[in-house]
Amino acid sequence: MNKKIITELFKEVFRTRTVEEEIAKRYKDGHMRCPTHLSIGQEAVPAALSLIMRKNDFAVSSHRAHAHYLAKGGSLKRMIAEIYGKETGCSKGKGGSMHLIDLASNFMGSTAIVGNTIPIGVGLGLSSIIKNKKQFSFIFFGDGAVEEGVFYESVNFAIVKKLPVIFICENNFYSVYSPLEVRQPKKRKIHKMVSGLGIRSFYNESDDPYVLYKFLEKKIDFNNFNSGPYFFEFKNYRWREHCGPNYDNDIGYRKKNEFEYWIKKDPLIKIKRRLNFLSKKKIEFLEKKIKKEITDAFSYAESSKFPNPKEAYKGVYAK
Amino acid sequence: MQSHQNFLIPKRHIREFMQNNEISYSSSINEALKYSMKKDKNMICYGLGVTDPKEIFSTTKDLVKIFGSKRVFDVPTSENVLTGISIGAALNNVRSVVSHQRLDFFLLAMDQLVNSAAKWHYMFGSKASVPITIRLIIGRGWGQGPTHSQNLQSWFNHIPGLKVVMPTFANDARDALISSIFDPNPVLFLEHRWLHENKEKKIKIGKIKKIKSKICSKGKDITIVSTSYLTIEALRAAKFLKKNYNISAEIIDLISIKPLDLNTILKSVKKTKNLIVADTGFSTGSIASDIIYEVMNSNKKSIVKSFPKKIAMPDVPEPTSYGLTKNFYVGANKITDEVLKILNIKKNKELILKEPIPHDVPGNWFKGPF
Repeated sequence: MNKKIITELFKEVFRTRTVEEEIAKRYKDGHMRCPTHLSIGQEAVPAALSLIMRKNDFAVSSHRAHAHYLAKGGSLKRMIAEIYGKETGCSKGKGGSMHLIDLASNFMGSTAIVGNTIPIGVGLGLSSIIKNKKQFSFIFFGDGAVEEGVFYESVNFAIVKKLPVIFICENNFYSVYSPLEVRQPKKRKIHKMVSGLGIRSFYNESDDPYVLYKFLEKKIDFNNFNSGPYFFEFKNYRWREHCGPNYDNDIGYRKKNEFEYWIKKDPLIKIKRRLNFLSKKKIEFLEKKIKKEITDAFSYAESSKFPNPKEAYKGVYAK
Repeated sequence: MQSHQNFLIPKRHIREFMQNNEISYSSSINEALKYSMKKDKNMICYGLGVTDPKEIFSTTKDLVKIFGSKRVFDVPTSENVLTGISIGAALNNVRSVVSHQRLDFFLLAMDQLVNSAAKWHYMFGSKASVPITIRLIIGRGWGQGPTHSQNLQSWFNHIPGLKVVMPTFANDARDALISSIFDPNPVLFLEHRWLHENKEKKIKIGKIKKIKSKICSKGKDITIVSTSYLTIEALRAAKFLKKNYNISAEIIDLISIKPLDLNTILKSVKKTKNLIVADTGFSTGSIASDIIYEVMNSNKKSIVKSFPKKIAMPDVPEPTSYGLTKNFYVGANKITDEVLKILNIKKNKELILKEPIPHDVPGNWFKGPF
């Protein structure tokens, strides 16, 4: 059982990492013409959740959503096509990297404004109670969103109404290039502050997807639909620039040793180490298969057509 | 049309007992909510005060008794989250009606309204839609002042993806609310506080129809397009003009602000060759300005005899003091003056359209506080 989970976690981390690296590699070609926020270095939490979230559960996310979308089961080729602005994209080219959706897997949407989907995820939790379908709603956001008023409104509402909502805060220390110390008091622990609102609040600083998986599995009680919301804080680190394909340690907003410390905590290395029950050949086989899927997704995106320019004027209103 | 006859003889100061065959504006809202919640078993209704003893000026009366606290509930004072919640619920096919006792508080929810509700359908390639109705009560008078009286329909009008509705009469309000609730798009439903007690003969609920503008008084000399409470004032002006100057004004109650029912307006202006647009909002960037542009740009340059007039609130915040608001509000007098100017008719200073006293309430029924 553990072997299966570890293998799945490895595949998820490897897939996300390779997708993002491929985007970074090809970004300079100028065909992906939209702001793109990569998840490289931040794969552990979404990978762990990919095995926690059930198909029927809902998920929403923010501007840095590729890993969450994939973790929920969003179509890879439609995501890449969306970043390429093609008609086959998950949002038909109208949203780009920051507006992903995959209704087949209940990934209900990611948006570009910090904190914006937090209340929307709470609304999905409320709808689940109304319809009594026992679906949980997972909300992904970062440390910056915790500074938005709507975050507190959302947590409060979810507590008052005892909603099946799971708040996932991935604290990567930076809001664009502004570090936590200019944004929040030095000694604050986000999960402690949030627990003061009256929500079950948990924290884990591991970078090991397997550790996070076991942790989440223990904490979330899917059998108790009416027990109210959960809040989780995790720590992770964005390796590349806030937005775009490059490394940006040269511009001086973070220290080299900080970066090197986090690179050593690489979630991919952590999960790969646990794969000792698989032969090198078997691992290579898995990697090859994933790489092929990714190459195919890029070919799909590149060979897809742009939408007809007339489409720009359509779809403002639902009929 | 017939149902609006009682407004041609305004009874602003008389609060009559409602008769069986009558419906007031606030009870029409209540009826629309009940009708819709019966029709859609998943629909929810919430907002600050929805279940409190005053029940949003009686508009949400008995809803919690009938439909239960799971579907009808009071909420935290968090306008932004309430809007976001309605969007999230809508994505799972749960329709919301969210009520705000004054529009001004709803300004805290602009991110959810403008960045999400309005754009969701478009930016996700038409894969999902956001059927929500946001009730915003607007008003004037009784010292509502700078931040309890704003009529900001033009803000919402500016945003692609939103619909904006401002009915004036009870039956129209009920039908428009039902239509808004079952619209697959986000609709801002603006109710003027001064209309809540207005009554008319009740018409049965019919089929759900597209919300359109309505000619509520026929005429041949000038077209007056008006919104919300100003339609009541326009009808007062029309009656005065007919009696004293034999001017026959055609009054179009806009009802739907966005989308704009331009055809109804053009058809009327083509006939009367004169146009006044009366808007409850501030003058700059008003809906009135837009309508005038659309009419002048309608490829019929000779459509009007003289350039249309705009009547709107001055570009200053509404003051609070009873003294400061004397002659501040635009209404029947201003409309009358502009009609005479546009038709080049000399004003007879002996003929006075008496303004109601006191000037800051819709009728003696209104004793404040808000």
